Amino acid sequence: MSAIPNISRRSFLVGSAAVGGGLALGLRLPPFGPALVRAADGSPEINAWVVIRPDDTVVIRMARSEMGQGTITGLAQLVAEELECNWSKIVYEYPTPGDSVKRKRVWGDFSTGGSRGIRMSHEYVRKGGAAARMMLVQAAANQWGVPASECVTANSVITHRPSKRRVSYGKVAEAAARLEPPKDVKLKDPKQWKVIGKSMKRLDTRDKVNGKQVYGFDLKLPGMLNAAIRECPVFGGKVKSFDAARVANLRGVKKVLQVGDSAVAVVADHWWNAKTALDQLPVVWDEGPNAKVSSASIAEMLKEGLDAEQAFVGHSEGDAKAALAGAARKIEAVYSYPFQNHACMEPMNATARYTPEKCEVWVPTQDGEGSFAAVLSASGLPADKCEVYKINLGGGFGRRGAFQDYVTQAVRIAKEMPGTPVKLLWSREEDMVQGRYHPVMQCKLVGGFDGGNNLTGLHMRLSGQSILAAVRPAIVEQQKGRDPLVFQGVFESGEHAIGYSFPNTLVDHAMRNTHVPPGFWRGVNINQNAIFIECFMDELAEAAGEDPVEFRRKFMGKYPRNLGALNAVAAGIGWTRPAPAGRFRGIAQMKAFNSFVAAACEISVKDGSKVKIHRIVAATDCGYAVNPAQIERQVSGSFVYGLSALFMQECTVKDGAIEQKNFDTYQSMRIAQMPKVEAIILQSGGEPWGGIGEPTICVAAPAVLNAIYKATGKRLRSAPLKNHGFELV
Amino acid sequence: MIRLNINGKVHNLDVDPNTPLLWAIREQAGLTGTKYGCGVAQCGACTVHVDGTPLRACAIPASSVAGRKITTIEGLAKGGKLHKVQQAWIAHEVPQCGYCQSGMIMAAAALLQANPKPTDADIDAAITNICRCGTFQQVRKAIHAAAKA
Repeated sequence: MSAIPNISRRSFLVGSAAVGGGLALGLRLPPFGPALVRAADGSPEINAWVVIRPDDTVVIRMARSEMGQGTITGLAQLVAEELECNWSKIVYEYPTPGDSVKRKRVWGDFSTGGSRGIRMSHEYVRKGGAAARMMLVQAAANQWGVPASECVTANSVITHRPSKRRVSYGKVAEAAARLEPPKDVKLKDPKQWKVIGKSMKRLDTRDKVNGKQVYGFDLKLPGMLNAAIRECPVFGGKVKSFDAARVANLRGVKKVLQVGDSAVAVVADHWWNAKTALDQLPVVWDEGPNAKVSSASIAEMLKEGLDAEQAFVGHSEGDAKAALAGAARKIEAVYSYPFQNHACMEPMNATARYTPEKCEVWVPTQDGEGSFAAVLSASGLPADKCEVYKINLGGGFGRRGAFQDYVTQAVRIAKEMPGTPVKLLWSREEDMVQGRYHPVMQCKLVGGFDGGNNLTGLHMRLSGQSILAAVRPAIVEQQKGRDPLVFQGVFESGEHAIGYSFPNTLVDHAMRNTHVPPGFWRGVNINQNAIFIECFMDELAEAAGEDPVEFRRKFMGKYPRNLGALNAVAAGIGWTRPAPAGRFRGIAQMKAFNSFVAAACEISVKDGSKVKIHRIVAATDCGYAVNPAQIERQVSGSFVYGLSALFMQECTVKDGAIEQKNFDTYQSMRIAQMPKVEAIILQSGGEPWGGIGEPTICVAAPAVLNAIYKATGKRLRSAPLKNHGFELV
Repeated sequence: MIRLNINGKVHNLDVDPNTPLLWAIREQAGLTGTKYGCGVAQCGACTVHVDGTPLRACAIPASSVAGRKITTIEGLAKGGKLHKVQQAWIAHEVPQCGYCQSGMIMAAAALLQANPKPTDADIDAAITNICRCGTFQQVRKAIHAAAKA
């Protein structure tokens, strides 16, 4: 059932003209592939999404990457719904980025982040399934000499109603693959769905319980060597010198080399030998000017931004500054959020084999095309001499998409050893200190009330790091220096819009970038923005002398779906009834990635600092729920990620480098700390569909912080809570 | 040369005696179901059974378990039949990315061996593995289900 990386290149016997000469990015996505293409095993490709083997096995192609979020199962459901195929005969396969380039990006976007997998491709993959079904039916109808309209399909079988003749998809696939793709493809009405909306079993479970799933770390190629790497721990630093002779004769060592300007690597027969030698390799670094930077100096820089004149506006309604100047009473608070590492269970890795004729890379990647671009760049070879084979990821969370540093390193190493496959594995320590970190942010919030205790204005000033400035500077340039992403969850409109209308609102951002490289990190900016706005809403509610839910509702008239999620969790937790003795409640809501989410929790606090979360009720309105059981698992999993971050995780900077090097100093939640998560799925339907992987991550933290205030009277305004002496028990 | 008995098969491995058991299993014996996550006995992804006891293979030298009975995830099924923990894992669809699950399953199997009817508190005490996807709710359900099987 699993997509094992292909060792030999998949070949297409008949294909469209090769694009060649670079990534054909930006090409409009054609919904269907060219006629008569064969998969590697010779089976006919009905279209780019569907291959049917003679034994009725249905191979569904997946451009997106599986990193645990269940996207391949959900995408298969979308295709299968329209294809009307036998679910038990489905397998999946990753097309390669090289083939995608050759076929004018027939599979569309490979990038798997931003909770996009299903919400952004549901239409074209469903059309892929629907078109394939139409072609299969037509092929059968042609064979029988009957009109296609007299045929029906179910479970991979076509039946001619009047004559009761039946034929399975596998028998007519060859003929179907020769037909012209239909031009007019209609999708089912959601009311007719039989597979979408059902908790179909994941396609990738079995190999994950018996050790058979091959992750990048587990890849074996004939003649393969293993590499361990160490990059300058001070970001921006370089290698000055290293004494290769000191380790060259250690057990198993084949090569000691510099990688780019900033890293050294040891290649050995086995990775343990490579790592052992690397640990003993004397390296002198040119650490550069960043060696003086510390967490304290970064915090100072951000603090200055809280009151700086210049700031980019993300949301402006009315005149917040005037409203605050004229307010009878003002409430002010400063919050902050730290650097955090993704800490995927599987550290970064990539395997590369280079010859002047071909550069191939096997990699767990959230973006096959991004990996492909890195291979082109690092190898110096043209697109038709490069290939990437995607492997399922041992966690991604944003680290393995926009950043392909490990791919670049692997290719650079392999280039020094032409013909020999080299598997580059990062140690956990390397993974911790060479992250692309959740950006640091501080936030000053000021709310104004009139004499009648009515909120008259809100100013939310963000000060901190921009991911896009580091990763997609072209977008920032287009926006005249602004990074729109920092306003996730507090925008005026769009997929991350705020769910409140205040009389006068200003949200602005003083961009303060650091030398610590920032990255996308499950949810990213909604994590801190949800804490800032949703905890401050509780502060405002208290100042107004109102119940936090009632206070929120006053501003949510224009946002019925936000309100629907909030009401669902309020009802679920029993908000209007008293909490059980010794327990305290908190609540928060957000819209992100076009899903409307809310959480309400019930906690108790022992000895003033030991927090037990008993329950979290979580609501998600994602429009359509493709696989409800998988959504529940992602929601409860997102709370583990988000609450680990809230309570335990901070990457601090000392002498320019990250201090936390392993899970002993960068802890993560264990099962004993796991709250009971009760997921509520709301399906409002319609367009656009909402995402699942990320949205709920952001609501657990503010709900818990609000409950901690109720329990202890302490407003904890900076994460992680371990810095306040609080722990999750 | 170290003699390791892994899943009932004897492996004579040409390995530095200080090599952690994890890397001897993965790179010398070629069994990659046992995962590396931290190397410092924190995360539990490398959990194997040594004479039935769950140990973190990243933090014990291979030479220290020579001649003892080592079981990895690949050896948990018996006679082609999945262990009841593996079956419960499939029924409850525990894995998300799956990377930590070999260690999680080995820890759960060892718990049930020692304590056939664990309480929630027993599970909390025995299962200390890290899962970044956050499968704990499913892990707990599956352990209870396996205990009833």
